[in-house]
Amino acid sequence: MSVRLLAFAGARDAIGAAELALSLTEPTTARSLLARLCREHPALAPYESSIRLAVNGTYAAWEDPIHDGDEVALIPPVAGG
Amino acid sequence: MVTLTDEPITIDPLLAHVSRPSAGGVALFVGVVRDQAEGRAVTLLEYEAYRPMALAEMERIVGELRTDDVTLAVAHRIGALRVGDTAVICAASAPHREEAFAACRRLIDEIKARVPIWKREHGPEGAYWVGWRDARCAHEHHS
Repeated sequence: MSVRLLAFAGARDAIGAAELALSLTEPTTARSLLARLCREHPALAPYESSIRLAVNGTYAAWEDPIHDGDEVALIPPVAGG
Repeated sequence: MVTLTDEPITIDPLLAHVSRPSAGGVALFVGVVRDQAEGRAVTLLEYEAYRPMALAEMERIVGELRTDDVTLAVAHRIGALRVGDTAVICAASAPHREEAFAACRRLIDEIKARVPIWKREHGPEGAYWVGWRDARCAHEHHS
């Protein structure tokens, strides 16, 4: 199963890409997906507790499951206004 | 009424949208790019958004705050903004000023807390994402 990952602002700089295709081989939640990304991209790790995940355009709860085909976004602290 | 645009934004369409015969008070908040942040000079702010979600989140916020008496509108600009440019406008109308002020305040506060928009400050000391340095885990500080 695969998901499309979007990264914005500082999170995009940390992983070096605005968009990635991720393959998931085991049941994954929002929390475990972020943990995996922080392992694979050490530059992201210091920010793990500050980043939220959105799934298909809505903030996810940490225990929410990730499904095949989801659009998952890394949301660093927002700064609109 | 929710707008997310690369173009300059003005208050008139928002005022027109919230205007009601029953609304005796209209409160307006205009967020403008200022020339410094925490003592650093700012020459340019580069706004970016996760566009579909930013629009959806602004719609959700307006939906949560709207009542039979309170009408809301918001416009946010993204792209490269210079000092003095308007970044965001919030408008709220209500029968009386107390509700209008309160709703306008809630609207801008929720937008700043929830809407996936980011800005990169440019100044003589370089460019960086607002809030990102502070987002580093406290245990990871080395300098």
